[in-house]
Order: sequence, then structure tokens, then C-alpha cells
Amino acid sequence: MVEEVILLGYWASMFGMRTRIALEEKGVKYEYREEDLSNKSSLLLEMNPIHKKIPVLLHKGKPICESIIQVQYIDEAWPDKNPILPSDPYQRAQARFWSDYIDKKTYGPCKALWSETGEKQEAAKLEFVEVLKTLESELGDKSFFGGNEFGLVDIAFIGYYSWFCTYEKVANFSIVAEFPKVISWAKRCLKRESVAKVLPDSDKVLKSISEYRKIILGIH
Amino acid sequence: MAEKEEVKLLGIWASPFSRRIEMALKLKGIAYDYVEESLDNKSPLLLALNPIHKKVPVLVHNGKAILESHVVLEYIDETWKHNPILPQDPYDRSKARFFAKLVDEQIFNAGFVSMTKAEQQGREDLAEQTRELITYLEKELVGKDFLGGKSVGFLDLVAGSMIPFCLERGWEGMGLQVITDDKFPEYKRWVKNLEKVESVTDCIPPKEKHIEHMNFMVGRFRSS
Repeated sequence: MVEEVILLGYWASMFGMRTRIALEEKGVKYEYREEDLSNKSSLLLEMNPIHKKIPVLLHKGKPICESIIQVQYIDEAWPDKNPILPSDPYQRAQARFWSDYIDKKTYGPCKALWSETGEKQEAAKLEFVEVLKTLESELGDKSFFGGNEFGLVDIAFIGYYSWFCTYEKVANFSIVAEFPKVISWAKRCLKRESVAKVLPDSDKVLKSISEYRKIILGIH
Repeated sequence: MAEKEEVKLLGIWASPFSRRIEMALKLKGIAYDYVEESLDNKSPLLLALNPIHKKVPVLVHNGKAILESHVVLEYIDETWKHNPILPQDPYDRSKARFFAKLVDEQIFNAGFVSMTKAEQQGREDLAEQTRELITYLEKELVGKDFLGGKSVGFLDLVAGSMIPFCLERGWEGMGLQVITDDKFPEYKRWVKNLEKVESVTDCIPPKEKHIEHMNFMVGRFRSS
């Protein structure tokens, strides 16, 4: 019997990217449905009535919401291939801590970086730079955040890489120059089939945000 | 040769985030040293173990620090496997994690943080928002003794430490009636069930002192 897996997402969402990467890592067959965020589908609203947000993962008709929760679900429901969390409880705690850190500390600033101007944008930039400093330090000389193996924290953050050019352009700063370890980590992640398949072109993200800023914020 | 496991918990008596860890340790029968921290005078140990967030709870196990209450609860469950607090089934686990996040983020924000900064009408509106969110837990409780099913689980510890044994004290101090008897019969039944569990009741902050503390926190949040 084919297990029906459906993912409701949005092409530029780094949250949706996490869940897609996890599904790809496990070789799970799934149907991806692109949502129009200005006209959300009735399925999305029915399956995520509390938050009404993407991504929504449906497995055998049952919804799982929140991207990090979805990634852990995927790891537990398909345990036989490419483990996403390590087996040691302390290492698992570290992985959960850092993915929680990324969520807590980037959500607000990253949104403000592309949707705001002036002081609000500047404050967001400073907050995001602090996160990058912390992650650069945490990465150290490791190949991935968990050590030698690609895992939860890498999945949690790699989607942001497709937004780096956009942040650099709209907020006028350089991530490439200041955070070499994060950049080489990202390139290492991109060598994985799952990541290469899922991440959108950075240019496409930049174009979309530039359009938004032109039309909504009047910035050319 | 059995080594004595060194378990230490840095916490604050009034914090639901650290109280839930005490409940979990008690449920599992794990011996631990408790270190009471102060909001305004954080110990060098706390700042060294949690430099990023500088918050309690911090669990130290055999010299290694585990941070963030949900992460600590899952660590405890995976390290001491008897009396499990998370469900076995991946879907049930995802639901428990989802609702735990709802409690600590949306319910905590609407039900306390935002309320502290609002005036009377604003607080009434937020109380209504909070009721809508708690209704989701009300639905989950139908036909169950606890959110975890037959026994206290991960979500009971998170929601229990936060709502009846923390937020309700804050609401009493603010003069707000949020959980009405008529709309939340399952919730009321659940709280009565929790009050029969020693590992839970042993770890609840004393009520009057807690109401006083919550009033103090209202002032603190307001001026921040």
C-alpha cells in the first residue's frame, strides 16, 4: 500500500525547505503542492486551523505542523535510512537546542530584513549578524553542525542560504566576507542531492523580494 | 560497578519552565541537587552553562549541560527510559510537541506577556484569545485522564506547569476570569487529576506567594 505523503509549502520558505530536504534525505515519495499565500487553499486552512501557515505535512491524511516538528516526525516515521538526529541523548539535545536557537533568534529579524527599511531594518540586521557570529563560532572546524554527519541543525539553517544574497542586497552588508565558515558549510550542504534539489535559486529569491520592495515599499 | 550519576538542576521556584523539570525528575525517581537561581543576580555557574540565553532551567548531567525545558524533558526521557513521558507513536509525539509549543509560545504570550502591557479592555481581548487557544487543549482532553492518556506525560508537564499552576495565578492577581467553568469542563477535570499526582503537586509553587510574584512580574514586563 502506498503511503500517501503530501507537503503543502511555498517555494521560497526556508521552513518548507526543511521538511522537503528531510523527505528527500529519507527517499520518501511525496506530492508537493505549492500554496498561494494570498489565497490559501481550503486544505491548508483545514489542516492547520490554529496557525494557517505552511509547511503542512500530511501523512495518511493526518497533519503534522511546524517544520522542526515535521523533520523529527520524518526521522521517527522512516527510521531506517539517513538518520537526521544522532542516537546519543546528549547529542540529540544539542541538535534540538541549536535548531530551537535558530528558530527563536532568526524568525523576527529575517522577516524585518526584507520587509522593512530604515531603523527597523538596521536593528534586524544587527540581530541577524549576531546569530551568524554565534553559528560561525559553533560550526568551528566541523563539517556540519553535528560533526561529521549532516543532520537536524544543518537542515534547520541551510534554507536561509538561498536568502543570503537577498539580505546582503537589501540591507547592504556582506555575509560572504564576514562568515567564511558558514559559507563553506553551506556549499558543503549543497553537494547533497536533497539540498541541491530543494533550495531555490538565490537570484529568484532576490528578484521576488526586489519586486515586493518596489511595489509595496516603493524602493527601487 | 555502579557510578553515582551526578544530576543537578538550576531553577527558579516560580518558573513553570524549571518546575516542569522537577516534576519529570520526580516522576522518574531521579535524585538531583537543586540550585535556586535569582532573576536579578544570576550565578556565575548559570552564566557559564547557558551563555546564550542566560536562563533556567539548566540540567547538568555528569558534567554536561542541557538547556531549554522541552529539550531537557526529551533528554530526561531518552536517558532514563522507565516511566516514559513522551508517547511511542511518531504521530502522537508530533502532536505532543506541537501543543507544547502552542502552550509556551502563543498561550504564554496571549495569556501573560501581552496582557502585562495592555490595559483593561486589551486584557479582556487577550483573555478571549487565550480561551480560544486553550479550547484546543480542551478538545484533546475528551475521553482522557491526562493529555498523555492514562498517565501524566510530556504535554501534561508543559501545560500543567504553565496554565493551572502559573498563568491562573497571574490571572487571579490581575483580576481576570479566563478559564470559565461552563466552557472548560475537561480542563477542570484534568487539573483535578493532576492534583492527585504527587510528582506534580510536590513541585507546584505555593499559591499565595506565587500570586504575589506574578504581580511583581507584571510590573517588570510592563516596564521592559
